[in-house]
Amino acid sequence: MSGFDQNAAAALTSRADAQIWLEAFRDLNRQQWLASHWPDRKTEAWKYTPLTPLAQGDYLRFPTAGKVQIERARYDIPGLDCQRLVFVNGEMMPELCQLSPAREACCVTRFCDADEQQQALITQHLGKIAEATDNPFVALNGSWLEDGVLLQVAADQRIEEPLHIVHMTTPDQQAFSVRQRLLVALDSGAEATVIEHFTSDEARQNSFVTGVSEFKLAAGARLTHYRLHLEEEHNIHIGGVYAQLDRDAHIDSFFLGLGSRLTRLDLRIQHQGAGSHAQLNGIYLSKGTQHIDIHSTVEHEMPQGSTSEVVRGIVDDEAKAVFNGRIHIHPNAQKTLAELSNRNLLLTNTAEVYTKPELEIYADDVRCAHGATVSQIEDLSLYYLQSRGIDRKEAQVMLSFGFINELIGALRHEPLQRLLRPILTQWFGKDSGLTRHLL
Amino acid sequence: MLSIVDLHVRVEGKDILNGLSLEVQAGEVHAIMGPNGSGKSTLGYVLSGREGYEVVSGSATFEGHNLFELDAETRARAGLFLAFQYPVEIPGVSNMEFLKASVDAVREHQGLPPYDAVTFMKLARQQSASVSLPPEFLKRGVNEGFSGGEKKRNEILQMMLLEPKLAILDETDSGLDIDALQVVAEGVNARRSDENAFILVTHYQRLLDYIVPDFVHVLANGRIVKSGGKELALELEEKGYAWLEPEVA
Ligand SMILES: Nc1ncnc2c1ncn2[C@@H]1O[C@H](COP(=O)(O)OP(=O)(O)O)[C@@H](O)[C@H]1O
Ligand SMILES: [Mg+2]
Repeated sequence: MSGFDQNAAAALTSRADAQIWLEAFRDLNRQQWLASHWPDRKTEAWKYTPLTPLAQGDYLRFPTAGKVQIERARYDIPGLDCQRLVFVNGEMMPELCQLSPAREACCVTRFCDADEQQQALITQHLGKIAEATDNPFVALNGSWLEDGVLLQVAADQRIEEPLHIVHMTTPDQQAFSVRQRLLVALDSGAEATVIEHFTSDEARQNSFVTGVSEFKLAAGARLTHYRLHLEEEHNIHIGGVYAQLDRDAHIDSFFLGLGSRLTRLDLRIQHQGAGSHAQLNGIYLSKGTQHIDIHSTVEHEMPQGSTSEVVRGIVDDEAKAVFNGRIHIHPNAQKTLAELSNRNLLLTNTAEVYTKPELEIYADDVRCAHGATVSQIEDLSLYYLQSRGIDRKEAQVMLSFGFINELIGALRHEPLQRLLRPILTQWFGKDSGLTRHLL
Repeated sequence: MLSIVDLHVRVEGKDILNGLSLEVQAGEVHAIMGPNGSGKSTLGYVLSGREGYEVVSGSATFEGHNLFELDAETRARAGLFLAFQYPVEIPGVSNMEFLKASVDAVREHQGLPPYDAVTFMKLARQQSASVSLPPEFLKRGVNEGFSGGEKKRNEILQMMLLEPKLAILDETDSGLDIDALQVVAEGVNARRSDENAFILVTHYQRLLDYIVPDFVHVLANGRIVKSGGKELALELEEKGYAWLEPEVA
C-alpha cells in the first residue's frame, strides 16, 4: 500500500485542542475524500500529472514543532506597506507577524481565534466556494483543517495595505504535510489586496503543501490577489484558488509558479452576478525535472461578465508543464466577453507542454476568444539582438525574460515587481554575464 | 572597408543575389536603388549574418575579415550595422536595457569597460533627443507599439550609440515625413567622416538631397546593373528603371 491513498484523510487526526466547531467540516471532508477516486492516468483532470512522487513520498505526518531562525530576506517584500502573517511549516510565528489593530472595517484573524460571529461566517462559506467534491485535494485539505486565515472587509471599505501571508516550509527530520486555508470575504463595495507567498528557507525540503483559498466577493467588491509559488525544488504543492463574484465584483489575480518538483494549482472563478470582471494573469516556469500543472476554470453564470486570462509559461531542460484553461459560458450569460491566451516557450527539445484551452458556450450573444501556442524563441528577434552585438546566449535569456516580463510589468504593486524580477532573473541562470542586462 | 566579389546568395532554395560585386572605401557614401524584390534587403541580411541566407559562392571582406566566417554578433562588434527595413518589436525587453546590452557588447570587444547605468542613461537620453525620440521610448519594450517613424528613429539612435564603421540603412527613409527624414539625414551626416562609410538603400531621391552620395548603384535581379555618381539618382527619379531593362534582363 502506498503512503498516500484513501486512508490519508483519516490517517492524520487533529490535535486534541483542534477547533471543535470545525469538526463537522472535517468529517464531511473526510467522507468526501474517502468517496473520491485517487487520481490516476484515467482521471481526465490529472491525465498528465502523475502523483507518484506524492504516493511514494511518505508524507503522512504533520511536522514536529521546533524553533527555527528565519532570515527576514526570506519573507520580506521591501517597500511594501502591509499587514503580514508568517507561518512556518503551518505554525504561526507571532514575532514575525505585523498586524494593524483590529477595527470594524477590516479584520484579519486566524480561525482558531475567531469569535462566534466570525466562526459563523467561516462555516457559512468554507467549502462552499472550493467544493471538495470537485477536487479530492480540497477534501483532503478540509479533512486536516485545524486553522486558517480569515480576511473580512466591511461594506465600502477600501483597505490600501495588502495582507501579505507568508507560508514558509523548512525541512523536518522526516517528510511531512502542511495544510493552509484562506478565506477572504469582501462585503459589497469593499476592496482589498491579498498576497499569498509560498516559500522555503533552503534548498533541501521534504514537505507536501496543500494550500486552498476561497474568496467571496459581494456586489461591487474588488480583490487584487497574488499567489506566489516560490518554494524550493524538493517541495510538492497541490492547492487551489476559488473565487465567487457577485454583481459588478472585480478580481485581479496573478499567479507565479516556480519551484517545487510537483505543483498543481486549480483556479476557479465563478461569475455569479451580472457584470463581474476577472483579470487572471499567470506565469509558470519549469526546469530540471519539475512538473507544473495549472487547471483554470471560469464559469460565466450571469450576463455581461468579462474575463481576461493571460498565462505564459517557459519550460526548460526536461521539465513539463500542463495548462488547462476552461471557460464555460452558461445559457444565461449573454453579453459575456471572455478571452484566454496561453503562450509557452520551450527552451529545449526535451521540455514538454500540454496546453488545452476549452471553451464551452451555451449563450449566443457573447464574444469569446482563446488561443494557445507553444513555440521556441523567435529567430528574427534573436537575430535582431545579435545584429546589435549581443551575444547569442545572452540574447536568448533576454528574450525569454522579456516574454514573461510583460506580465510582471503589469503588476499593480511595484514592490512585487521589484521582488520578483531578480528572482526570475536568477531562474534564467546564475551566470551574471547572461543576466546582467535584464534589470 | 567592404569588398564584395561575385556574391551569390540563396534563400529557401531560391537564388536571390546573382553575382553582386561592390567596393566601399572608408569615407564613402553609397546609395543602392532598385526595383522591389531585387535583393536589396537580402544584401543587408547576408552581410549582417541572418540565418537562412545561404552563401553559394563569392566573398565579402570587411576590414580584412571574411564576413561569412563570423557570427552575427561578431560582425556587429567589428563595426557593421544594419538599420532594418522592418525593425523588430520585442515586448518585455526594455529599450534602454537593449541599448545598453548592445553598447556594452561592442565596447567590450574594443577593450573598453561597460558604462555604468547612470552615465549610459544620460548618454541614451541625449542621443534620443538628437533623433527627436522622447525619453519615454527608452522605457518601453524594444520598438513595442512604436509608429513606423519612431521605429526608424530608434534604428538611428542605435547607430549613433554603437558608432559603427559601416552602416547599411535599409529604406530607413521610407514612410518618413520630412522632419523625420531630416533627423535621419542629420544622424548620418553627423557621423560622416573619413573613417566611416554608409550604404543607403532607398527608393527616393529626396533622401539623397540631404545625404549626398558619392556613388549610386542600381540593383536588379540580384546584381548591380549600373553605377554612377549622384546624378544617376536624378536620372532614375526621372526615368524609372525601365530604360535599364536590357541590363536588367
Ligand atoms: N525568407 C525568404 N524566403 C523566400 N524568398 C524570400 C525570402 N526573403 C526574400 N525573399 C525573396 O527574395 C527576393 C528579394 O527580396 P528582398 O531582398 O527583400 O528585396 P528588396 O529589398 O530589394 O525589395 C524577393 O523576390 C523576395 O520574395
Ligand atoms: Mg527591402
